[in-house]
Amino acid sequence: MMPGSVRLGVLLLCHADLDIAARMARIWAEGGAQVCIHIDANVRDRHVELMRVALADLKRVAFSARRHRCKWGAFSLVRATQDTAAQLLADHPDLTHVYLASGACLPLRPVRDLIAFLAADPERDHIESVSAWDVGWTVGGLNEERFTLYFPFDWRRRRWLFDRCVAWQRRRGIHRRLPPGLSPHLGSQWWCLTATTLRAILDDPDRPRHDRFFRYSWIPDESYFQTLARRHSVQIESRSLTLAKFDHEGRPFQLYDDHGQMLEESNCFVARKLWSGSAGLLARFPRRGEGAPDVSPPRPARFERMITRTVQRRVLGRPGLYMQSRFPRKDAENGKTSAPYAVFQGFSDIFPNFESWLQDQVAADVHGHLLGPETVEFRGRPGIGPGAISSHVAVRDRDPQGFLTALIRIAPRMQIFQFGPRDNQALNWFMATDPNACLFVVTGAWMMPLIDSAMPFDDVRRISAHLQKVELAQLNVLNSVWVKARVQVHDLTDFLARPRAILDDALRQVDPQHRGLPAGDLPPVRDTTGLPALLRRLRNSGLRPRLAGEALPQNEVATGERNAAE
Amino acid sequence: MKSISRLPIPDRLRRRAERQLLIARAFGRRRVLRVDADRTPLINRHDILAFVTLRNERVRLPYFLDYYRDLGVQHFLMVDNGSSDGSADYLRRQDDVSLWRTNAGYKKARFGMDWLGWLLMRYGNGHWCLTVDPDEFLVYPHCDTRPLSALTSWLDSIGRRAFPAMLLDMYPSGGIEDQPYREGQNPFEIARFFDPANYAISKNDYFGNLWIQGGPRMRAFFPQNPLAGPALNKIPLVRWYWRYAYVSSTHMLLPRRLNQVFDEEGGEMESGVLLHAKFLSTLVEKSAEELDRHQHYANSQEYRAYNAGIERGLRLWCEESREYGDWRQLEDLGLISRGNWA
Repeated sequence: MMPGSVRLGVLLLCHADLDIAARMARIWAEGGAQVCIHIDANVRDRHVELMRVALADLKRVAFSARRHRCKWGAFSLVRATQDTAAQLLADHPDLTHVYLASGACLPLRPVRDLIAFLAADPERDHIESVSAWDVGWTVGGLNEERFTLYFPFDWRRRRWLFDRCVAWQRRRGIHRRLPPGLSPHLGSQWWCLTATTLRAILDDPDRPRHDRFFRYSWIPDESYFQTLARRHSVQIESRSLTLAKFDHEGRPFQLYDDHGQMLEESNCFVARKLWSGSAGLLARFPRRGEGAPDVSPPRPARFERMITRTVQRRVLGRPGLYMQSRFPRKDAENGKTSAPYAVFQGFSDIFPNFESWLQDQVAADVHGHLLGPETVEFRGRPGIGPGAISSHVAVRDRDPQGFLTALIRIAPRMQIFQFGPRDNQALNWFMATDPNACLFVVTGAWMMPLIDSAMPFDDVRRISAHLQKVELAQLNVLNSVWVKARVQVHDLTDFLARPRAILDDALRQVDPQHRGLPAGDLPPVRDTTGLPALLRRLRNSGLRPRLAGEALPQNEVATGERNAAE
Repeated sequence: MKSISRLPIPDRLRRRAERQLLIARAFGRRRVLRVDADRTPLINRHDILAFVTLRNERVRLPYFLDYYRDLGVQHFLMVDNGSSDGSADYLRRQDDVSLWRTNAGYKKARFGMDWLGWLLMRYGNGHWCLTVDPDEFLVYPHCDTRPLSALTSWLDSIGRRAFPAMLLDMYPSGGIEDQPYREGQNPFEIARFFDPANYAISKNDYFGNLWIQGGPRMRAFFPQNPLAGPALNKIPLVRWYWRYAYVSSTHMLLPRRLNQVFDEEGGEMESGVLLHAKFLSTLVEKSAEELDRHQHYANSQEYRAYNAGIERGLRLWCEESREYGDWRQLEDLGLISRGNWA
C-alpha cells in the first residue's frame, strides 16, 4: 500500500489552554490530517470563539456539533469521543485511520512520518489493550472491580462517598454481569484505530447495551474502546503511539523544555502532557521532516525508565534519608540506613588501642565511641565530623537517629564505631532492627577498665551495677524476635579464651575481601590478672556479675540454681 | 495565644481557635500599615506574589528583586518597618512593588507576621504566595530550567497547596567581614559554602510539622543548648486562602494539613531550600543595631550570639563545608527532593 492511501483523521479533545490546543490543531491540519475538535462544555464561549477565529483559515479543521461537559473518569469523555468520531467519519467517509489526541498532546515527529508508519501496516489498530483479569495495568487504582461494581460518584470530588460506595458493594457481594461477548480490557486512553474498526464500534447493534454498561464502570475512557476493539479489530498492536506516563496516583506527567533531548531520543510520534509554558518544546517540535518520511518505530524505553525512577523516588524514597519532605514513621522507612555499618561493643575495653589497630585492618572509617558520653569520637577526633556534624554531645542527642543516618549517608566509606553501656543507648532498637547493622558484642567487657582503676571499691561497685543493668537491657533488645541486624554476642571469658577466631570472623563479616589475620597480629590485650579477684569482690559485695561469663570456676553456683535464684 | 493553649479543649478546636485569633489579630493590626505605593490593581488573577517585611536592606534589594523576577514572581507586596537607609525610596520606584510602611514594633507584630498576615488575607487569596525575607533565596528542583509558575501549576495539578523549603545557611570561606557585599552582587559569590549533613529533625504532633535545626548556626552558636537554636523548617510557598494563617514566622501554618509537606510512608515529596544569605558583611552592622532594638525572637539571643561571634572573628567555614553548585547537588545530598516532578 502506498503512503498516499492513508488518510488520517484526528479527534482533538480540549478542556483548557485553548491557545496551545489551537497550535496543536494547526500542526495536525497542516500535516495533512482532518481534525475534529471537541471543546469541553465547561469552557467559556469567549475562549471558544477565540479558538475558532485562530483556526478559521484551516479548511481541514472542524468543531464538534455537540459539546459535552466532561468529568475526569466519567462516561462523558467516552460520549464526547463517540460523537466527535461519528461526526468526523460522516464528514470524511474516505478516512482510513483516526487518532485520538488531546489539546495537550504534542506531535514530536512530522505528521507525514506517522502517516507513512501507519501505511506500512494499514490494517493494524494501535491501541493499548490489556486484559483486566491478568496483570494490573492500572497504577494504584482498582482493576477488574472497575467493571464488576457501580461507580456513581466522582472519585476526585466525592472521594468519601466513592470509597463508602465501593466498600458497601464489596460487603454486599455486588457483581455486575458483563454484556455477552465482551472481555474487559484496559489501556491508555490515547489510541489510533482504523476507520473500519472505529465504525464497527460506533455502529455495533449492541452499542446501547455497551454504553449502558460502561456508564457505571470506573474510568470508562481507559476501557471502552480498549474492550470493544478486542471485539471488532482484526489486528491489534497493543501499544499506544502516544507517549503518556502516569504517576502512582494516575496523574499524567507534564513535559517541560528540559525534556526536549529525551523526547527527541524517544522517537515517539506524540507525547503528552505538554505544560502550557513550554515554549521551547513548542519551538522544537514537531521535528522538521526532510527527504523521505521516517518510518522507524518509537523507542520510548529510556524516557519510561526515567519516569519509573521518579515514581519510585516518590513512592519508596531513598533508603536512610530523613529530610524535610521525607520523614518516614517507624518501620515504614524502606531502609533505616543507607549503607552497611558495623558496631564493636567491648572491644576497645579489652584492647586499649583497638580503634587504630582496626583502622589498619579494614577499608572503612573506624570511629571511637560515636555515642559516647563526653564527646562524639569521630575518627581522628576532629571538632567537626563528616558532613559538618558537630562533635558536641548535646547536638547529637537532639536527634541521635538523624545523627547516625546522616553520618552513614554522607560518608563515602563504610562506618565502624565502638559502643558500650557507657554510651547513649537511644539507638539500641534502631540498630537491632536495621538489616544494615553488624553488631559484635562482648558482654561484660566494660569491666576491664575497672580492674586497674584507682577508684574506691564502692564506686567500682556502683558503676558496675549501673553498667550491668544497661547492658542487660540492651541484650533484651538483641535477643528479641524483631532483630534484623547481624548480631554476634560473646561473653568476656569466652572471648578472652579465643580472641583470634572471633576477631577474624568479625573482620571477614565487615570486609568480605579481608584476607584473615596474619599470625601474631593481635592488638595488645589489657592486663586481665585482676579480673577474677574483681569478680569475686563484686559477688561478695552482693552484686552478681552476670555478663562476664564463667570466669570463676571455683565457688561457681550451678546454672539451674542460679536461674531459679533470680 | 497562651491562654488558649492552657484551656482543656480538644486539639482540633484549640487549633481552630488559635487560627481565628491569628486572623483577627492580623485584621486588627491592619491600621498600623500606611500605604506608600499601592500598585495592587496591577495584580492579575494567576500571578505569583511575594510578601516581604524588611528594615534597612537597601543594599540587598536590587539583587533580591531581580532574583525573584527571574523566577517569575509578578508582584512584590512589601512592608518597610522604619528603614532609614533609603529602602523605601528605592522600592517606591519599582513598578512591580506595592509598599506599606510602619514604625510599629516588629516584636509586637509577631515579628512582622501580623502585617503580612493582613496583606496575605487581603491580596493573597487564591494566589500562590511566597513569603520570604530579603536574605532568603528560593531554590527548587529544576529551578535552572523551569520557572516558578511551572512548579505552582504542577503543585496545583497534584492537589498540593504548600511547598516546603528549609533554610540553608550559607557562609563565606573566611571571616564574614573579609569580603564586603556590593549592591546588586549575587550574595552567593561570597557566601558560597554550606553544611551538607548536620540537621536534626523531629516532628511536632500538635501542628503536624517537622522541626528542623542544625547547620552552621547550631554548631557555632548553640552547641551546648541545641534546642535554643533557630528553626530551619519553612513553608514559604502556599496557595493562599484568606482563612489560612502562619503561626510562627513561616515555620508552620494553620490549618494543620498544610504542614503535611512530608511523606511518612517512606516516599519523598517535593521540596526546595531557601538559601540564607545572612552571613555577609552586612550582618556586622545589623547585629549591633538589632541588639539595641530588642525586637527579635527570644530576647534576640541569636543576635547576641552573632555579636559575640563577630567580636571573636567569626568563621563558620570548616573542612567539611561544601561549596554550593546547583539544585542537583542539593538533591544528591538529600537536602531537597523533586518528589515525582520528573
